[in-house]
Amino acid sequence: MVYNMEDLLQPILNGILLGGLYAVIALGMTTMFGIVKLVNLAHGDLMILSSYLSLIFISWLGVNPFWSLLVIAPVMFLVGVLIQGFLLNRVLGKEMEPPLLVAFGLSIILQNTLLMVFTPDARSLMTDLSVKTIPIGSSLNLPVLYFVDFLLGCAVILVLHLFFRKTYLGRAIRAASDDEIGARLMGINTRNIYAYAMGIAMVTAAVAGVLVGMTFTFYPHTGPQYLIIAFGVMIIGGLGSMAGCLVGGIILAEAQLLGAHFAGPGYQLLSGYLVLLIVLGVRPQGIFGKA
Amino acid sequence: MSDSAALKVGGLDVKYKDFQALWNVSFEVRQGEIVSVIGANGSGKSTLLNTIAGLLSPSRGTIKFFGERIDGLLPHKTVPRGITLVPEGRRVFPRLTVFENLVMGSYIPRTRAGKDEMLKKIYELFPILRARHNQMANTLSGGEQQMLAIGRAMMSEPKLILCDEISLGLAPVVIKDIYKRLGQINREGITIVLVEQDIKRSLKVANRAYIMLEGKVVLEGQPASLTEEQVKKAYFGI
Repeated sequence: MVYNMEDLLQPILNGILLGGLYAVIALGMTTMFGIVKLVNLAHGDLMILSSYLSLIFISWLGVNPFWSLLVIAPVMFLVGVLIQGFLLNRVLGKEMEPPLLVAFGLSIILQNTLLMVFTPDARSLMTDLSVKTIPIGSSLNLPVLYFVDFLLGCAVILVLHLFFRKTYLGRAIRAASDDEIGARLMGINTRNIYAYAMGIAMVTAAVAGVLVGMTFTFYPHTGPQYLIIAFGVMIIGGLGSMAGCLVGGIILAEAQLLGAHFAGPGYQLLSGYLVLLIVLGVRPQGIFGKA
Repeated sequence: MSDSAALKVGGLDVKYKDFQALWNVSFEVRQGEIVSVIGANGSGKSTLLNTIAGLLSPSRGTIKFFGERIDGLLPHKTVPRGITLVPEGRRVFPRLTVFENLVMGSYIPRTRAGKDEMLKKIYELFPILRARHNQMANTLSGGEQQMLAIGRAMMSEPKLILCDEISLGLAPVVIKDIYKRLGQINREGITIVLVEQDIKRSLKVANRAYIMLEGKVVLEGQPASLTEEQVKKAYFGI
């Protein structure tokens, strides 16, 4: 069979770009897992909450969705601080199950509140970027919105990385995750630290929510769909690893798009999960995870 | 005398749920002293230090630091006041570099501005830490980790350092080196409380000693004034 390699380039390019978006979706969740061993089952819903917040904002002011981040990012930071400070900190350090249940409950409450307020209609954050493409060569097109997703995704990962490496607060968060009592002995109020960490995770969810809202349509019940993507990225990349987030995102997106390319759009999700299974079989700790 | 008391503990009871670990413990440390607290396993030494540092809260009694009540205050309130604990088992941050571990020592706002100067001082005190400053703490040897734990505690510019079993599991030559550094730290005017099972070594460096048994202080005095007989009897409770 003679196969035209040029046909492959477009899904590969799209997969890389989409991988950047997947990475931001997973970033907040992998951060919280790495720090507090918290599996935030409401992560997808909180992300979709940001999409809706952005929707309110842009339909109110009629501005570009990016501008809405200036308001939504701080709001989501606060939401994260409150969720961790008033809900999750109370059940932390006991067993794995209580925080899981609290997050699950939060997910259900969020979905139904969104349903009540916004109705089940499909929404999206309108932007003129979504129809633009830049031609590369004769057969390849760069979708501008995907490209923006990718660039912003990489930027958020880089900023978060620097935050954790270079600032007192970022280092304190890592220190607390390494040895909580040791961290308390440095004068770190670890309860506050976890709340700030969740706030920061929610800022990444705000960025992810706006990007997802611009790129795809969303409904009140879309959250879990992205939670599963976040899980996939985390598992492929390695739990708690930030570099793994980007690589995991790209691998999952490539698996989906190439699967769709070869086997048809119906196989997009299946081929993503197949790659996930293969990674679990070959390297269960993930690509960047520590054994 | 009580005017120069850096730390004054009076009638302290500490309980872990139903188990009472400290019984009416009174304890005093004067500024600039090295005070040794010795006792067998489970005699309440670590509990005493953890309560002073704020990891535990007493059910009765008072702790005063330079005249100010600090009992029941959490570590993020006691550290800024100048108390630091070098905990049992060191508790360095394994996945942070040596440098980052030290920087965490200066987490409290008061010490951040002077961070670089303190860092220089600690690298002079423990040159091995400078050589290893970019290494993860979990790649260090036990002795190096202990030096890191002490250096990290020093970064908070403390008035009082509480050291819990700092010679545990270390080679004698390393212990000797660490004790030499502690002497240097003390000569700069920093008060030190040592909790040790190694009676001989800690009595040698201490100005005064307390011996604990089953959660109570059973003997106190200057090491020179305590006979071996007395110490043995108090330590073993015979």
